[in-house]
Amino acid sequence: MSFKTEEMVLNMGPQHPSTHGVLRLELVLDGELIEDVIPHIGYLHRCFEKHSEAMTYPQIIPYTDRMDYLASMYNEFGYVVAMERFMNIQVPERVEYIRVIMGEFQRIASHLVALGTYGADIGAFTPFLFCFRDRERILHLFEITCGARLLYNYMWIGGLSHDIHPDFVRLAKEFIKDFRPNLKELNELLTFNQIFIDRTANVGILPAETAINYGITGPNLRASGVKWDLRKDDPYSIYDKFDFDIPIGKGEKGTTGDCWDRYYMRVLEMEESLKIIEQALDQIPEGDVSSAIPKRVKPPVGQIYARVENPRGELGYFIISDGSLNPLRVKVRAPSFVNLEVFGELCKGHFVADVVAILGSIDIVLGEIDR
Amino acid sequence: MKTPEEIYNLLKEKFNDAIGEFISDKPAESVIVVSPLEIDKVCLFLRDEKELEFNSLMNLSGVDDANGEKVKDENENEILKGGTLSVYYHLESINLKHKVTLKVSTDRENPEVASVEEVWRCADWHEREAYDMYGIKFLNHHNLIRILMPYDWEAGYPLRKDYQNPEFYKGMKVPY
Repeated sequence: MSFKTEEMVLNMGPQHPSTHGVLRLELVLDGELIEDVIPHIGYLHRCFEKHSEAMTYPQIIPYTDRMDYLASMYNEFGYVVAMERFMNIQVPERVEYIRVIMGEFQRIASHLVALGTYGADIGAFTPFLFCFRDRERILHLFEITCGARLLYNYMWIGGLSHDIHPDFVRLAKEFIKDFRPNLKELNELLTFNQIFIDRTANVGILPAETAINYGITGPNLRASGVKWDLRKDDPYSIYDKFDFDIPIGKGEKGTTGDCWDRYYMRVLEMEESLKIIEQALDQIPEGDVSSAIPKRVKPPVGQIYARVENPRGELGYFIISDGSLNPLRVKVRAPSFVNLEVFGELCKGHFVADVVAILGSIDIVLGEIDR
Repeated sequence: MKTPEEIYNLLKEKFNDAIGEFISDKPAESVIVVSPLEIDKVCLFLRDEKELEFNSLMNLSGVDDANGEKVKDENENEILKGGTLSVYYHLESINLKHKVTLKVSTDRENPEVASVEEVWRCADWHEREAYDMYGIKFLNHHNLIRILMPYDWEAGYPLRKDYQNPEFYKGMKVPY
């Protein structure tokens, strides 16, 4: 007698704590083995691009905050870089320094969420609390600067909405002093924890060739051993003035490009960000942060594609102007949108329990995927 | 490392009629216009040619050029007739560090563009998004379905300039 067997289709999400938002994964299973994963996105679609067409250029900035809500500063950074290049605005040095400091603080805050929730996803709950404790101090720095903790509307075309608080430099330096030992503690607690390594090493391996063909960027690409960081390779703002390294994955605990590598990249990047912030805090010049803000933002007819290295990868803004006060088209190349695409490929042949480990290691934000 | 102009000359030599004009008077970036049905061959060449090696597609974006004629339909809504929809391709070579922008323009009434999904896998979702938002049909795409909008969305393509907000979705009144 023979049995008829068939694949089982299991829906994971849209409401699921470890999909990091409203994402539905359609798992095609052969027992516990994964044959295919089909991500279904769009549950958080808020028509950012359609809204933008009805806004003036400065009015779009608050909307960019709401895409990648864990890295709002950097979304604004990308947009203002694009607009300033488009309109050929020279920004005062002080503004550039403050932007870099804020951007790198945002990178640390975003990576802390990524690492903390990654631990929580696969069963280590304590590091989550440690990460959020440190992130809270960064959010406090943002709050004393511009009054908001998450959605800032801080970087404007040609300048900033506020200068930094008189206490900012002191508090930032105190944070850096305290954060280095905390990072060491996090490493002991989670990074080099044998249980954690067993769950993540040699899981979801992404070879460099595949990563490039799939357009993967950011820490995920670097974990695969490709030294590619827009801060070095296509410099914007004043990143060429600072001395920092680009860490790449070496497969220390398993194979190059596995989940552990992707996780560890973020730990290393936080250290590099600290270096950049330290240098910037020491060199920050005096000046007026609002002197270059144009009265009327009216770019010439034409288009521009400008990109920055967001905590999650390459964030690109493609803006077309028809010479009026509203853009003809604003398209966002969201890093998470592109990074998620390879997910099905990574999961094939793994167990159901690994889906969560792989998804967490890609570090997606659904607000940015769906826009 | 090559400038967009050199790349244009190389393409012109190789593909002749499939390559249109070279727009360089625009601020910020120059654009090479390509025929919509030949774009896949051009892209494959750009990726595989040794001295170009465009191994990464940074961005693929649909655009409504809004250059058609404005007419009223039977419900007195303003719609666009004629004109073009465009797709922009931003390519980059990670090894050689040069960039180029390609553009194809296609008919608004029957927008058809060859898919580059086989060249760069990341084009898959980008093309689905362009289809979802503009209704541009990518020929030979293996799974051209909506991506951000609901799969059963029937009210048209939202990012077109003449898109009308639907009054009902599946019989339910949509509040505005």
